[in-house]
Amino acid sequence: MKTELKVNGQLHTLDHDPRMTLLDALRDDLHLTGTKKGCDHGQCGACTVLLDGRRINACLTLAAMHDGCEITTIEGLGEPENLSALQTAFVSKDGYQCGYCTPGQIMSATGMMDEVRAGDPSHVSTDLSGDVPFDDAEIAERMSGNLCRCSAYPFIREAIAMAAEVKK
Amino acid sequence: MKSFDYIRAESLSDASKAMGDGAQLIAGGTNLLDLMKLQIMSPDRVIDITRLPGLSDVAPYKDGVKIGALVSNSDLAADPKIKALYPVLTRAIVAGASGQIRNKASTGGNLLQRTRCPYFYDTSMACNKRAPGTGCSAHGGAGRMLAILGTSDDCMAAHPSDMAVALRALEAHVEITSANGETREVGLDTLYRLPGDRPDLETTLAEGEIITAVILPAPVKGSVQSYRKVRDRASYAFALVSVAAVVTMDGDKIDTASLAFGGVGVRPWKDAQVDALLHGQTPDQALFAKAADRLLAQAKPHPEAEFKRPLVKRALIAALREATGLAPATAGTDKTRDAV
Ligand SMILES: Cc1cc2nc3c(=O)[nH]c(=O)nc-3n(C[C@H](O)[C@H](O)[C@H](O)COP(=O)(O)OP(=O)(O)OC[C@H]3O[C@@H](n4cnc5c(N)ncnc54)[C@H](O)[C@@H]3O)c2cc1C
Ligand code: FES
Ligand code: FES
Repeated sequence: MKTELKVNGQLHTLDHDPRMTLLDALRDDLHLTGTKKGCDHGQCGACTVLLDGRRINACLTLAAMHDGCEITTIEGLGEPENLSALQTAFVSKDGYQCGYCTPGQIMSATGMMDEVRAGDPSHVSTDLSGDVPFDDAEIAERMSGNLCRCSAYPFIREAIAMAAEVKK
Repeated sequence: MKSFDYIRAESLSDASKAMGDGAQLIAGGTNLLDLMKLQIMSPDRVIDITRLPGLSDVAPYKDGVKIGALVSNSDLAADPKIKALYPVLTRAIVAGASGQIRNKASTGGNLLQRTRCPYFYDTSMACNKRAPGTGCSAHGGAGRMLAILGTSDDCMAAHPSDMAVALRALEAHVEITSANGETREVGLDTLYRLPGDRPDLETTLAEGEIITAVILPAPVKGSVQSYRKVRDRASYAFALVSVAAVVTMDGDKIDTASLAFGGVGVRPWKDAQVDALLHGQTPDQALFAKAADRLLAQAKPHPEAEFKRPLVKRALIAALREATGLAPATAGTDKTRDAV
């Protein structure tokens, strides 16, 4: 079957088996290997991409379901010479060790910062009506869908806090 | 994953007609695809309902609110009407899964997600729910995640949804549309079957029936609502036990209490006797303990799930202390507002 995806601003037409997940389409067909496969079951967040601007796990959705949709991967966020605020912050705060979870962390944090700006509540928000504070507890809770096997969590959270400051 | 035909439904009747033996609807896909990869479910037709029109709104309906079956868990939790008038629903949703999963997961799919019992997931083990008639490996096996209420000899699997627990406390109904376009509304107690000797039959949906909406009754004015979830890690884990409470006070007495429980039941659990026992009473520790004992009167825990008795009792007491004002509210407990 055929599916058209707009990935990082570029249109691609895939010819694929219906079983192909969005993750496998990105990695195997489009050779965008920045998006990682950790668990392939929604449990680790390594495969996080933006689908029409919102973070999702690419391993738990079919490419076929996203005909005409826009996908952003880590490759679309910035380039070595022109990094996004989050990418810069991860470098300067050492927000990784092996780096395997990093693309997923950064894509997830990118989507998460928009959710905070929109005032979406989280499990640790004390007040459902007001502005969401961008504190350490909120960052930790909102990033719980991204595991880091190297346990670089303190620096990941620092990097996200730093990028949030820059964006203000 | 076994191969399948992918069908994109353009209309409800399209989708209904394509249903039947060997077919599965797909919405968010976050549960179905997980199970298909493990070949726990292997449909030969997968019907994509995500482009069906008219199922993605949260809109006023009669005295309450109608939630389209395709509304994402994230959008529902963040909806201003839900946050103001039905906060326990927001709290239950954000207590489950992860930000990424909630962005994809749909209202209908969340209700129909399958159990997380380890034997349901292990295709090399007997499981009456996955492979009817093969037996239940949980007898003499690992029991930590099992239900303790509503179980049968043939199945002890717990229902995993957090959202559905809040919906039971809010006395929500589901709107079901049949292949010929007729709709019916049923409570969650009617939607979900008890396992009995057919744990593979989980709902009362007939062939070709699709959940098209969840309907919330009029908001409970002046209520305090609370969702309390206990799990093995602070986030991104299924409930060991959870409690949803919707409480109104009349002076210093409880006027109405509607409680529902997660992690302990074969379906999101509600016991009218527990609610009745609280009605008109002065809130205190002894009353709450009595309510928990009533809830647990019929409990039959697997030895490894015995801990859920004291755990759900403590969770119930803690939730009611906050909901009745005996203890200060923490994150998870909210007073409803009068308007959005
Ligand atoms: C790692 C992980 C952690 C999780 N943690 C939690 C948690 O803590 N708490 C929690 O509550 N949940 C948790 N979940 C489960 C998650 O909430 C569900 O996967 C999600 O809600 C399912 O919704 P969906 O739209 O993706 O369903 P799908 O996977 O698309 O569908 C699920 C089932 O519902 C059927 N279906 C879908 N829509 C309809 C409809 N409209 N009418 C009739 N049938 C329909 C499908 O045919 C399928 O059988 C977790 C999931 C993962 C992967
Ligand atoms: S690879 Fe998708 S969540 Fe782990
Ligand atoms: S840096 Fe190694 S997994 Fe996160």
